[in-house]
Amino acid sequence: MNYVIIGNSTAGVAAIEAIRECDKDGRITVISDEPYANYSRPLISYLLAGLVSADKMPYRTGDFYKDNRVELILSKRADRLDLETREVILQDGKRVPFDRLLIATGGIPIVPEIKGINLNGIFTFTRWIDAERIKKYIEDNGVEKALVVGGGLIGLKATEALMELGIKVTIVELADRILSATFDKKASKIIEDALSQMGCRLITSNTVVEFSGEGQKVEQALLRDEETVPADLVIIAIGVRPNVELPVHTPIKVNRGILVDDLMQTSVKDVYAAGDCCEARDALLNINRPIAIWPNASRQGKIAGYNMAGVRREYRGGFAMNSVELCGIPTISVGTTDPSALPGTGPEGEYEVLDHLDENRAVYKKLVLRDNTIVGAIFINDIDRAGIYTGLISDKVDVSSFRAHLLKEDFGLISLPKEYRKHLVTGEAIEI
Amino acid sequence: MKRIYIREEYCMGCRLCEIHCLVQHSKSREIIKAYKGEYPKPQPRLIVEEKGYLSFALQCRHCEDAPCLEACITGAMYRDRETGAVLCDEDRCVGCWMCIMVCPFGVISRNLEGKKVASKCDLCMGEETPVCVRNCPNEAIVYEEKT
Repeated sequence: MNYVIIGNSTAGVAAIEAIRECDKDGRITVISDEPYANYSRPLISYLLAGLVSADKMPYRTGDFYKDNRVELILSKRADRLDLETREVILQDGKRVPFDRLLIATGGIPIVPEIKGINLNGIFTFTRWIDAERIKKYIEDNGVEKALVVGGGLIGLKATEALMELGIKVTIVELADRILSATFDKKASKIIEDALSQMGCRLITSNTVVEFSGEGQKVEQALLRDEETVPADLVIIAIGVRPNVELPVHTPIKVNRGILVDDLMQTSVKDVYAAGDCCEARDALLNINRPIAIWPNASRQGKIAGYNMAGVRREYRGGFAMNSVELCGIPTISVGTTDPSALPGTGPEGEYEVLDHLDENRAVYKKLVLRDNTIVGAIFINDIDRAGIYTGLISDKVDVSSFRAHLLKEDFGLISLPKEYRKHLVTGEAIEI
Repeated sequence: MKRIYIREEYCMGCRLCEIHCLVQHSKSREIIKAYKGEYPKPQPRLIVEEKGYLSFALQCRHCEDAPCLEACITGAMYRDRETGAVLCDEDRCVGCWMCIMVCPFGVISRNLEGKKVASKCDLCMGEETPVCVRNCPNEAIVYEEKT
């Protein structure tokens, strides 16, 4: 069996492991347009800040590819798919034949069409090379003021790294608050306050209409309200979209992302997709949509790998979840955190909210319930044992019998119904 | 693999397991120094849950299909090839707490003194029997291989 995996990040690596677990002999080829054998994308902000060294960037160590007998084709882009002859065509024209193919090409940062966007000093921030280029640009140009466009997780992690380097940062966010995709208002406010305290300027409900500078380097940004923000470095972090360049001119069905079934197979037999490039099932909203997060990519890659190797495993669906420290504040958000902001999912009345806010300690806990099951959670500062709630969300456990205990300080497995607790406490293996 | 099994009906809530666990994971491995004189302060790798007459000690289940392994962004969380235990390489851990977000047992905790790292049960690597099991006076936790 000839397995080819395009993309060498979370989903691709998980697929290698699953395939090798079931098929010791098949040939595995991995194609990546990056020069690195393996590295963790989320660590680039740590790398930029100098908190993690280059040798700690890989999350699978040196011999991983050798041990799994993977042929690595690095620094080469997969250009085209020939589904008739079952070949991947590389940028240099070389053809790589496959029996089973996994497309794990990830996401592409969205770059807005703004006047001056091509000036030097304007970067996106999703790959190792971005962190390297930004670092070099900062050193070469003595950057003092940066503008981060977009107050989502990538924007904030970039902000944090730049501030760690002593750079003054302004964030401009189109929505009326930061982290609007993952947090509710109260949670956003806690992080906004912490950012201001650290000396970061936050501009909301606004956007950049033009970048300009003398010569080729960016020097300032003109905002929609005509304010000019000086910036000798700009990071564009307004979101990522699934990378669907490869399948787009093939019979493989693509919506926003590559469509997959519960086996992670695309509409074309023997061609699979996993991770940020695909649209798999959202277990909470019961629709297919891209959810670009590490745990889902990892899970999907694994499921795809098993199925490619002929061992049937179904993807039970995933949901959005993020755990990030921001300004030194640990935060976890899972599932539907702000029902009032959900378009087209019915009136907010269907949802119930339990929450607890301690403004002095900046502790915030929130659970969103629907039909007696938890469908969303936010934890700020006190994140201990948050996974228990994630488990209840994932398993769609009816919480009516222990609802009153849900947000108590001593909430634990002991608060759960005996049957479920026994299952959890004595269970050897768990499927999520 | 050999795992720790919980028999909650035998647990008295004495918390000896917690004390022995903390001492075992201290530098000195001496109870008074461990509790009074070490920095970073050692912390137990298990949780004793208690409610009325019911109690049990809970530690990492070393799941076969472990969500923390999938969620770890640094490769710090890994499975020991020999024993099958799920372990955390604290040197690689950056304290992103993804593991805490996905562990349905809630048995990974934050060690906030010194370098911030995820802290969890390591089955007392190198010991014949984990110290929590060895020191439980009523066999409320047992260490065995079930098939």
